[in-house]
Amino acid sequence: MDKVNCYHCGDDCGKKPIEFDGKSFCCNGCKTVYDIFSTNDLSYYYDLQSSAGATPTVVEGKYDFLQEASIIAKLLEFNEDKLQIVNLYIPHIHCSSCIWILENLNKLNTSISSSQVDFPKKTVRIVYNPKLINLKDLVVLLARIGYEPYISLDDYDKGQPPVNRGLIYKLGIAGFAFGNVMFLSFPEYFEVDEFWLDQYKGVFRWLMFTFSLPVVFYAGQDYFISAFKGLRSKILNIDVPIAMGILVLFVRSTLEIIFDWGTGFFDSLTGLIFFLLLGKFFQQKTYSFLSFERDYKSYFPIAVTRITDRNKEETVQVYDVKQGDRLLIRNGELIPVDGILINGRAQIDYSFVTGESEAVFKESGDKIYAGGKQLEDAIEMDVLKSVSQSYLTQLWSNTVFSKDKASKFQTLTDSIGKRFTWAVLTIAFVATAYWLYFDSSKAMNVFTAVLIIACPCAIALAAPFTLGNMLRIFGRKKFYLKDTKTIEQLAKIDTAIFDKTGTITTTQKSSATYEGMRLSFEEESLLKNTLRASNHPLSRTLYDLLASHNIVPLDEYQEHLGLGLEGKKDNDHIRIGSADFVGNSIDNDPQNTSVHISSNNTYKGKFVFHNHYRKGVSNVFKEMNNTLDLAILSGDNEGEKTRLEKILPKLTPMYFKQKPEDKLNFINSLQEQDKKVMMVGDGLNDAGALAQSNVGIAISENVNVFSPACDGILDASKFDQLYTYIIASKKAMKIIRLSFLLSFLYNVIGLYFAVTGQLEPVIAAILMPLSSISVVGFTTLATNILGKKLK
Amino acid sequence: MGVIYVLLTISIIVAILFFTAFIISVRSGQYDDAYTPSVRMLFEDELVKPDQEINKDIPNDTIENKNK
Repeated sequence: MDKVNCYHCGDDCGKKPIEFDGKSFCCNGCKTVYDIFSTNDLSYYYDLQSSAGATPTVVEGKYDFLQEASIIAKLLEFNEDKLQIVNLYIPHIHCSSCIWILENLNKLNTSISSSQVDFPKKTVRIVYNPKLINLKDLVVLLARIGYEPYISLDDYDKGQPPVNRGLIYKLGIAGFAFGNVMFLSFPEYFEVDEFWLDQYKGVFRWLMFTFSLPVVFYAGQDYFISAFKGLRSKILNIDVPIAMGILVLFVRSTLEIIFDWGTGFFDSLTGLIFFLLLGKFFQQKTYSFLSFERDYKSYFPIAVTRITDRNKEETVQVYDVKQGDRLLIRNGELIPVDGILINGRAQIDYSFVTGESEAVFKESGDKIYAGGKQLEDAIEMDVLKSVSQSYLTQLWSNTVFSKDKASKFQTLTDSIGKRFTWAVLTIAFVATAYWLYFDSSKAMNVFTAVLIIACPCAIALAAPFTLGNMLRIFGRKKFYLKDTKTIEQLAKIDTAIFDKTGTITTTQKSSATYEGMRLSFEEESLLKNTLRASNHPLSRTLYDLLASHNIVPLDEYQEHLGLGLEGKKDNDHIRIGSADFVGNSIDNDPQNTSVHISSNNTYKGKFVFHNHYRKGVSNVFKEMNNTLDLAILSGDNEGEKTRLEKILPKLTPMYFKQKPEDKLNFINSLQEQDKKVMMVGDGLNDAGALAQSNVGIAISENVNVFSPACDGILDASKFDQLYTYIIASKKAMKIIRLSFLLSFLYNVIGLYFAVTGQLEPVIAAILMPLSSISVVGFTTLATNILGKKLK
Repeated sequence: MGVIYVLLTISIIVAILFFTAFIISVRSGQYDDAYTPSVRMLFEDELVKPDQEINKDIPNDTIENKNK
């Protein structure tokens, strides 16, 4: 039978598609969205991109908190009586249809005056009239058409982040001034003694001086600040010689035009700063749709429902939840605090926290922890601890999260900068001393010329362009790094620590082995048909694993929540589920996930589920084992130990039952032994270890959805390439070293002119851009060749 | 040769005009999102649908009714 795909969302419609308007839909939700679009003349949505939609998920009451004025005020960008502006993050935005429909929201509701999508950031900025439609209705409207916004505690705390456009302004100013100064200094390059040019020389020179003022004091100020900071903490970073060069260039040029000694070096000065800023700009690649700074706040809701003493429901901000409160958690809502389950059946998905996809069942009286998502109907719980004191969130009170990791790290450029500065100063003083002895009139000239020509423009550009380009190449390979420093760090690591669940295993459990008595054909058929009716993730997996059987309607079917399934056909009766449920209390191995089967009240056997390891795990570990120290750090029990031992290289240390804090401390103790540690993890429980490690890499099945704060996000499908990426980072560092060599070559040539006292402005104006451009050209070419080899 | 002052003034004024235009455009956030406008500009024509009448007949709360 041909598969029918949903006209709206593109999913498989299954056996019974819903026919409407000549189109097939997988569910009523999709049909409704189609209906909304077509009646409002918005069916062009489907012409732009076929099946672009998402199945709407509307949970009644989920957005009730958006009626609270105090919460609304925190979320809005602009708030006035008749006009409100809100910026909402919608993860589903992915194609041109999405942009089109969201920018035509006013066709669905005229109270919305305009809406604008920022595609790279996946946000939509909506202007509406709060008198006619409130924020809650607006959000519900979006959810109904399949564009549910993601609103988390993070939005509540942060508000609107300020946009920093400083670098663009500086680049603009430097470029503007550079162009004009070049233009003005052209006559002097060639026709210095021409009569009428000579006459207006002063005007040209003072104009150049004016143009250079904003460049030195505004565009170049970062170099002075950084050099000053470096000197204060007794570090000679690369910005020290740069700042020295800029300052000497400016002072000498100004003096030259005041006393009419020459034209000055304004062209080189502005060009130098322009190129340096260009390097900075290139380095600054950001993935606006990713966030590397996420903590638990990005997953926690802003408000929850509290049940008051008088049995009424009220919305309360999560920070106001106190010990002893009774909360109502609806289907699909996150549990924000630790507590005790009072009412209802809990099926909690802790995948945010542990990376473990399989839901856990809890009964009333059980303790439930913050961070889990309720999958069943509404539950009631009593609060034991407030948000910041819960088991999971406590981790963030560790100082590791407040430290700035980058500031401690000395880059290759900076370490070169130190030696470079000493060398330049030595040469400058030796040359000056020589000239003081032979021809003292030239001494000052030579001193400044050395500092000018040795200004390490090309050196300062080598790293930004190499690493900036690497960052883009990695990005295309779905390995997203926070900044260029991460590549340098990655090249230096000697230890790699892996989390197990969700990191080296996939989140789906897709392999199972059967242990026990053979099932007859009838039994297997009955088993398959019983599983067919269940929506439990384990049932679905098992169903897919079993050989196909004819579909036979069951006489009786019952699902016991948290226990198992029961099915009956003719005289056969089958029970599927936990050991207790099927009547086998002896075999209760808690270390493995298993589904037990009994037929007609006799125990048959069990299906044992295994973690499914990612493709290439074994290879990646084997490759890494040669150069790196490896270890596994798992929050799980030791159930998988023997299987892991088979897959991984011999004697790989494995630690089980590690709490989030244990992981952090483990990394810390390694670092105290002077190890450079890379942590590869995925869940919030790894967040501490990721922050503590030198390079924290989060593995993500879907980069848009979730990853804890880290230095890099690796798409799960590229896990087998991890080691090649590390090698590539090492090679990138080699490229930088080579380009240092190249720029030293130019420096030697320049220094020859400087030391011998023949440095003309035109030589500086040629040599500086030439060295910069050739270094940039070399690094770009080399990294692109390197990138071609990556998979 | 006083004309050189006039020429210089004009050229610098023109340059500064463009420079201000650049600063204003950055400040207004035009460069914050460099991708979406490229997609948006392709929509324009299809926005105008032939049967505008239908729109007027449907009240604002269409969506509300549809889901009930």
